[in-house]
Amino acid sequence: MSRAAPASFLFRGTALPWLLLLPQLVITGLFFFWPAGQAVWQSLLREDAFGLRSEFVGMENFADVLSDPTWLGAFGRTLVFSSAVAFLALTAALFLAVQADRNIRGSNAFKTLLIWPYAVAPAVAAVLWLFMFHPQIGIFGRMLNAAGIAWDYKLNGDQAMLLVIVASAWKQVSYNFIFFLAGLQSIPKAVLEAAAIDGASPRYRFWTIIFPLLSPTAFFLLVVNLVYAFFDTFGVIHSLTQGGPGKATETLIYRVYTDGVVNLNLGSSAAQSVILMILVVGLTVVQFRYVERRVHY
Amino acid sequence: MNRRIFGLATAGLATTNLATPALAQSTPVELQFWHGLPQPLGGLLEAIATRFNESQARYRIPASFRGSYPETMVAAIAGFRASTAPHIVQMFEVGTGTMMAAGRAVKPLHELLAETGVRIDFDDYLPAVKGYYSLADGRMMSMPFNASTAIMFYNKDAFRRAGLNPDQAPTTWAQLRQAATRLKAAGHEMPFTTAWPTWCQVEQVSAIHNMPLATLDNGFGGLGAELAINNPLLNRHLTTLVEMGREGTFRWGGRDGAGDALFANGSAAIIHASSGARARFVREVPGGVANIGAAMLPYYDDVAGAPLNSIIGGASFWALNRGPNATRSAEENRGIAEFFAFLAQPSVAAGWHTETGFLPVTKTAFEQVRASGFYTQNPGADTPIQQLLRGGGQTTGNTRGIRLGGFVEIRVIMQEEMERALQGGQTPQQALASAVTRGNVVLRNFERSNRA
Repeated sequence: MSRAAPASFLFRGTALPWLLLLPQLVITGLFFFWPAGQAVWQSLLREDAFGLRSEFVGMENFADVLSDPTWLGAFGRTLVFSSAVAFLALTAALFLAVQADRNIRGSNAFKTLLIWPYAVAPAVAAVLWLFMFHPQIGIFGRMLNAAGIAWDYKLNGDQAMLLVIVASAWKQVSYNFIFFLAGLQSIPKAVLEAAAIDGASPRYRFWTIIFPLLSPTAFFLLVVNLVYAFFDTFGVIHSLTQGGPGKATETLIYRVYTDGVVNLNLGSSAAQSVILMILVVGLTVVQFRYVERRVHY
Repeated sequence: MNRRIFGLATAGLATTNLATPALAQSTPVELQFWHGLPQPLGGLLEAIATRFNESQARYRIPASFRGSYPETMVAAIAGFRASTAPHIVQMFEVGTGTMMAAGRAVKPLHELLAETGVRIDFDDYLPAVKGYYSLADGRMMSMPFNASTAIMFYNKDAFRRAGLNPDQAPTTWAQLRQAATRLKAAGHEMPFTTAWPTWCQVEQVSAIHNMPLATLDNGFGGLGAELAINNPLLNRHLTTLVEMGREGTFRWGGRDGAGDALFANGSAAIIHASSGARARFVREVPGGVANIGAAMLPYYDDVAGAPLNSIIGGASFWALNRGPNATRSAEENRGIAEFFAFLAQPSVAAGWHTETGFLPVTKTAFEQVRASGFYTQNPGADTPIQQLLRGGGQTTGNTRGIRLGGFVEIRVIMQEEMERALQGGQTPQQALASAVTRGNVVLRNFERSNRA
């Protein structure tokens, strides 16, 4: 302790680095690898609800899931749902950010207000939408029916899908808005001004300068939005439609919940979680290996 | 833990044996009780637990709300897997099949009573209630408490405005359809809806017309049962609903209990709902109790033998073991048994019945309420009991109840298929066939994972 050790000496041993890494490793192991391992193990078992009788069935749960037409239906539905949510949330946020980036009066208040919906929990957001669009109780629901449009998302699958997409996208607009706004503000003004002097129209400037310079932000947000639509929209769907009518709004994550928590079919539910886990790994690989390389920084 | 420290302390201080019981009484044994009743019913149930706590000092039962019935079921199962199961859990009737097959997770009621020496007279219980929660040989598995059945409620104001007699409820499906058409013609937006669509429109309709919902006496005969709902009667009934939906005389009120809200806020004129919804309707329907008519569920009068008794719903109380490798102490079991005996008292059962609209589960409670003049002051409050005794009160294999494993999932499947039929996405026949195919997969999976 009395000797003053040079920095290189401090990091030469193996004990200290491991010690410094330990908290992170423990947290990752305890909260990520252990539950993930449990899910993988559970996906190979067939068990009664109480866990008293358990049978090792190998890949049978996976085979059952992948050959189940209702699961494949949910898979296709999730792709449609996620792309729609991501597209809607990204375009709306980009539009709003471009507007807020201009020098208009009250733009600060405007920006603050746009960020608010992000603080609303998904379930609460869904209840707000329910109060607006419930065919019998909701204000807009009643208005639509009074206007002669047969609005009943409890029975019309397309309307139900539309509602959960809009409600989910609305929740995510604020998040995208903040990133787009920051992205817009980091674009050098000199470039834009030079283009303006050269006679480029605002529309031309947007597509040739702003949009390419925003693309790293946009691609990052695309992945975040897809992951959001895949995993974090459970609350919205649960509060609004419970996956119905029929199976019209049952996404993969909702299916995991129904099979695991409601139907107590843990083996199948775990197998579906593992498939979702693989999908996310795939999505992340695409994000880092492929997309980031091609995006202009 | 407390007891061990307490024991050491008493030994160390060499206290006399005389002091021990007095001290023991000051720390009552706490028994966890999870229930799934939202307000106002939950508060009424918690008040009963409080009364039990005040009636004696040995046990304390803090009743706690754990979300809807399915959520409470899942919470209890998760608790059991983590060895923190509650002593008593309220389980809705569709979970009964799963609980019966749960082996050492549950403490069967007949065992609990035999071990503790507490007596409850189950001969006094209504046969439809008792039968639902007992084994084939009559031994009780769980403690019946809030039993209901589906009945028809109607809004008398709406009837009056449509020129219908508010004291004359439709008794057959033909009459109901006529009344709904009249209501529609009078400008009513939602003449008829239903809560608990599969319970009211599939399970009850099957029972009332003495048709099987599943083979092997609706599953009472074993885990090998198969769904039998793809039959001419249900095809006819679902066709009726689809046609009424197209005419605008029937509106889908949503899954499970969602339809209740539509009658409670006055938008639906007729609803088939749980008799237990009466407490809410009396509080919320515009015009209150004077505006609510109650009648038995309608039937198809050209079906031979119809109508028979309807089946019950609601929930019963199950005694659970703490975890896969842990049982309860004799003292805990005794506390559970005494709480159950408290619930069986006629005054408790009668009070619960008159406050909520659930059934008086014992004959003595029913007589007590009748003698008090409650039914003359509240016409229609005895409708569910009369309906349970319709057809002579002798249950058949098709009207005793339903005991299918994974029935929660099967109900969701039936609701999904009904929704698709009402949407026009498939014919009623296709809906029923598809529900049978998908439901049987659930039954086979349950059979496989619960084979002894």
